[in-house]
Amino acid sequence: MTRININPRRCKHCGICIAFCPKEVFGADYRGAPVVERAEKCTACGLCVMRCPDFALEVGEKGK
Amino acid sequence: MPALSWREYLDEKMLPHLWCPGCGNGIALGALTRALAELQLPRNKVVVVTGIGCWGKADDYLATSALHGTHGRALAFATGVKAARPELTVIVLMGDGDGATIGGNHLIHAARRNIDLTAVVLNNQNYGMTGGQVSATTPVDAVTSTTRYGNPERDFDLCRLVDAAGANYVARGTVYHVPQLDRLIRDGITKKGFSFIEVISPCPTHFGRRNKLGSAVEMMKALKTRAVNVNSPAAKTGELPAGAFLIGKLADRDDPDFTARYAAVQQKAQAKGGFSS
Ligand SMILES: Cc1ncc(C[n+]2csc(CCOP(=O)(O)OP(=O)(O)O)c2C)c(N)n1
Ligand code: SF4
Ligand code: SF4
Repeated sequence: MTRININPRRCKHCGICIAFCPKEVFGADYRGAPVVERAEKCTACGLCVMRCPDFALEVGEKGK
Repeated sequence: MPALSWREYLDEKMLPHLWCPGCGNGIALGALTRALAELQLPRNKVVVVTGIGCWGKADDYLATSALHGTHGRALAFATGVKAARPELTVIVLMGDGDGATIGGNHLIHAARRNIDLTAVVLNNQNYGMTGGQVSATTPVDAVTSTTRYGNPERDFDLCRLVDAAGANYVARGTVYHVPQLDRLIRDGITKKGFSFIEVISPCPTHFGRRNKLGSAVEMMKALKTRAVNVNSPAAKTGELPAGAFLIGKLADRDDPDFTARYAAVQQKAQAKGGFSS
């Protein structure tokens, strides 16, 4: 399964990753922050990483 | 030397950045770093020149060389850098206020001179940093803090302006269409002569709020619906729906750039004994 990392210190809860993931991998918590709900559907296309305005996402990259 | 990843063109210790939630600036910055990584340009050979504004802060988050100038004058500083050190890759980041309003004159003359710079103008249709005032790319009738009942002026089509002024490369992208934006910036950097990339991007805080365009997500959706690829059948017929705009490579030519023409002039002068450097 692809590893998806959300950096909570950078995320500003804009909702872009949640709205535009082609596989609807993300859900939202009560503050609108993304939560990985369907990691098994992730194809590692990287679109959420590219569209996140805050460099808060990592998909399938070597961990930090 | 191992390849640099796009993240290594970022100065990650400066993050989180100061831009608002959902602001497109961060997306455009990501596209620029991916273009640089694809070209594997050495970070110290890239000079990012900025003016003043929200987008003008982008150099704070880059690990390249940088020159942070004054509002509206980034292209003038960049012209000096390129003229003195033609071997450097010079990238100029300006907002629509910076690059097309106060700095509009520099823009047309950099294009006319066809100097080998890559200008990335982030068009969010207003002056973001100072509270959302009208700019030369604010659409007619749009509400800003200085046009509260609607903008009486028309907006510039920046790509047509720069194309007409003679730039070798003109392209428009959006922060929704990211893989394409990466490529447009990359091709602009490799192109000799003046390269101009207009990036259409949301400012949800000012332009979006005053014009009731909804959340950042709604503004991104609007980019998706309004943008028409220049190679699509709809673009070819020229019948675009209201509010639509073209994205893609809009001009691509190979006229000699300023550096080449200036070198030829130097040679001529030397041959006549009239030039010593
Ligand atoms: C000579 C000068 N005039 C005015 C200002 C004030 N000022 C700072 S940023 C800015 C406009 C920024 O708008 P834009 O270039 O569109 O960039 P954005 O903030 O939207 O990214 C202005 C007018 C200034 N710093 N210097
Ligand atoms: S796109 Fe980035 S900043 Fe926006 S909600 Fe997702 S992780 Fe957070
Ligand atoms: S004011 Fe507008 S342009 Fe500036 S950071 Fe906020 S959303 Fe972005």
